Amino acid sequence: MSSAGQSRSLLRYVARRVLLAIPLILGIIAFNFFLLQLAPGDLADVVASEQGGAAADAGYVQELRKAFGLDLPILLQLWTYLKNVATLDFGFSHRYGIAVTELITARLGGTLLLAATSLVIAVILGTVLGLLAARRPGGVIDSVVSILATLAYSAPLFWVGLMLIVFFGVYLQWLPTGGMQEVTKVPLQGLALLIDRLHHLILPATTLALFFMAIYARMTRASMIEAMSQDYIRTARAKGLRDRRIIFRHGFRNALLPLVTMIGLQAGTLLGGSVVVETVFAWPGMGRLAFEAVSNRDLNLLLSIMLLSSFVVVAVNLVVDILYAWLDPRIEVGA
Amino acid sequence: MIRMMSVLTLAAVLATSGPTSAEEKETPIRGGTLNSIVHPEPPILSPLLNTATPIVLVATKINDGLVDYALDGSIKPQLAESWDFSKDGLTLTFKLRKGVTWHDGHPFTSADVKFSIEEGLLKYSSAGKRIFQTLSKVETPDEQTVILTLSKPTPVIYRNFNAQALWLLPKHLYEGTDIRSNPWNAKPIGTGPFVFKEYVRGSHIALDRNPNYWDAGKPYLDRVVFKIIPDAAGRAAAFETGAVQFGQQHPITFADAERLKKDGRFVVDTRGYEFSPTWFWLEPNHKNQYLQHTKVRQAIAHAIDRGLLLKTVWGGYGKVADSPIPSALKPFHLGEGLQQYPFDPKRAEQLLDEAGFPRKEGGWRFKLTHDFIPYGDDYRRTGEFVRQSLRRVGIDVTLGSQDLTTWLKSVFTDYNFDLISSWGNAGADPQMGIETRFWSKARMPGTSWVVVSGYQNDELDAAVEDAQTQIEPQKRVEDYNTLQRIVQRDLPLIPLFEIDWFSVYDKRLHGLTNTPNQRADNFANVYFAPE
Repeated sequence: MSSAGQSRSLLRYVARRVLLAIPLILGIIAFNFFLLQLAPGDLADVVASEQGGAAADAGYVQELRKAFGLDLPILLQLWTYLKNVATLDFGFSHRYGIAVTELITARLGGTLLLAATSLVIAVILGTVLGLLAARRPGGVIDSVVSILATLAYSAPLFWVGLMLIVFFGVYLQWLPTGGMQEVTKVPLQGLALLIDRLHHLILPATTLALFFMAIYARMTRASMIEAMSQDYIRTARAKGLRDRRIIFRHGFRNALLPLVTMIGLQAGTLLGGSVVVETVFAWPGMGRLAFEAVSNRDLNLLLSIMLLSSFVVVAVNLVVDILYAWLDPRIEVGA
Repeated sequence: MIRMMSVLTLAAVLATSGPTSAEEKETPIRGGTLNSIVHPEPPILSPLLNTATPIVLVATKINDGLVDYALDGSIKPQLAESWDFSKDGLTLTFKLRKGVTWHDGHPFTSADVKFSIEEGLLKYSSAGKRIFQTLSKVETPDEQTVILTLSKPTPVIYRNFNAQALWLLPKHLYEGTDIRSNPWNAKPIGTGPFVFKEYVRGSHIALDRNPNYWDAGKPYLDRVVFKIIPDAAGRAAAFETGAVQFGQQHPITFADAERLKKDGRFVVDTRGYEFSPTWFWLEPNHKNQYLQHTKVRQAIAHAIDRGLLLKTVWGGYGKVADSPIPSALKPFHLGEGLQQYPFDPKRAEQLLDEAGFPRKEGGWRFKLTHDFIPYGDDYRRTGEFVRQSLRRVGIDVTLGSQDLTTWLKSVFTDYNFDLISSWGNAGADPQMGIETRFWSKARMPGTSWVVVSGYQNDELDAAVEDAQTQIEPQKRVEDYNTLQRIVQRDLPLIPLFEIDWFSVYDKRLHGLTNTPNQRADNFANVYFAPE
């Protein structure tokens, strides 16, 4: 196929995937909407209860319910929400008293920064460790990597986070124990801002990365051992190719496929894991916002967060599919 | 006027109050940033719409009230310079300070007060609607005068003129808008010592010194930053690394409090909560076939070693309750002459036998579910303690764990529970925090934090209703004595213990405890002393 033909077919493929994602995302919204209806209580109950010990006014909760539009029939509430989303109006959070878009944009950057940094660290470290381990299965390096990976995978995220805080934050006092920025009277700018953000990012990103690093290390090791036992590797060796070329060009490129699949599959888990890390490190991300939205039955907010996270997962998987074709020309996108 | 104000519970009221602690006699030092913990994250910054503690903590630094309250319970001037309450308790006149401006430069006048009461408090504050229900008229003869006319004397109202209870709105920013969704609720314009600077959601709220504050020379601090730190261990670490210098109402765990106490850099202080006497109770559902028996409820009270519970679960921060009115709520708390239920499992077993529920095969008498209030680990552990105590006397208790919204719905709307544990702030006047726990008329489905037991007693109801408009202080005290006697006899709910809240702060910080209501103090007097 010509290169123009390839890009056309890629575009068609992407368009088809995006179109297919629309009903999927709508389905996710509806599912979450009904799931939340099944949980007892609504936002009016929450807000009324926060009025404290003297809320002896029977009509008050009803009044709130009316003001929040929660007295409308359920299907009508869902329809109104979907209709608004179609015009990119994600509604109003009655708990926070501001537009949902404003709340989410304020927090989205935090989560994306944390998740992306963790992912990059995890993939790079995981792959390198996996490759090292696969060079001599059963050897010393392999054993050390296996033990480290098992530890990082099995230790609860919050515990790892707390240990890092105690050691690097409280004991050594090298790194801040929480937050995303130094609160200064004059906002930091340029290099100072970048350094400040990185300073705050190290501990939370490391905590989240350790878990995923363990997965990727084990995955790389297994696929690499498998790839290196294939006939084409033996052929490459017989041809007298250099070791490095065999490992990277022939072995690793083929071993990458399952790893890339895993990255796509783990996108949702990564967002989930960030809830814990955001809590431990007081990181202002969307995970905590989602948690609060669930506890407070903040319908508009929660639905919009779900919408966004399902969009991210769909998008990551789309990128993964395209990467397949790049890694393995036998896989044709859009074929 | 003086006679009238003695209704207010504590000592006689002075027009102004002088320094009440050694701290204030030192020369305060200007400057510095106070980093404080706020937890959980405040959704909005308007105590008119939500009276949750974190909201009050932040908002009251930005906006002053008509008056404030001193440690001895007396009224202190704030935006009102003076006041006159008529002898019959029906006309309350406030004279406002001249030259006060909102943070946007607009003058603060009596029109703002009238607007805040009529369009804000009476429409959107559920507590305000109840407390100010006898208010029949608000008049503003001039820009500095506000006259409130009541249809009946309402003693509880005198405790509700501070910023926390009567939140003042800038009329020029709220008039003609939907007050509930007004964007200024998230970035308040106030008259207080600190000006709202920024709210970075999930991270912090920053306030800067108000250069035009009416109390010249104050506040002392340049900045107050409230940091949102959701994890308890993270909060302790923030203290240790110097990232925060103040946190209130149990900001860290009891174990961490003990550790920081020994550190030497921090003070763990139970002062500043005099207006928040808090107590913890078990509330049985009187529709339950077992719990409707007084002897069963008395047996439960005898079965729990409340001293041990306090020591093991609450780090010793509290005392065993001997009445439904906390001991700090003087002069209403009746210390003696009330029926008591010391820890006595044998007596508990005897009472359960007498009630007609002997141990059956397997050793159990009957089954109960105990739904503890889902506010965190301390409450779960308390539930666990209650479960173990009751199982020891043959009551097979299952612990129910729900999220808060589910708990609220099943308890306060569906009345679907056997036994709950919960707590409350008794307030600065028993009417605010006590009557709704017992007054049968307060029980309304769907209304949180009111009596749900289903208990009804005419004598108790009559005492509560008399206290609502009783102008004679001694008679009002007697009304609440009646309540205490009946409650300790019948145990419609079972008072377990009083909670002592503590704050943690950097020992260089001064001016924090010179208030009976630390969360609602405006921090105008807070400063850092040199090391």
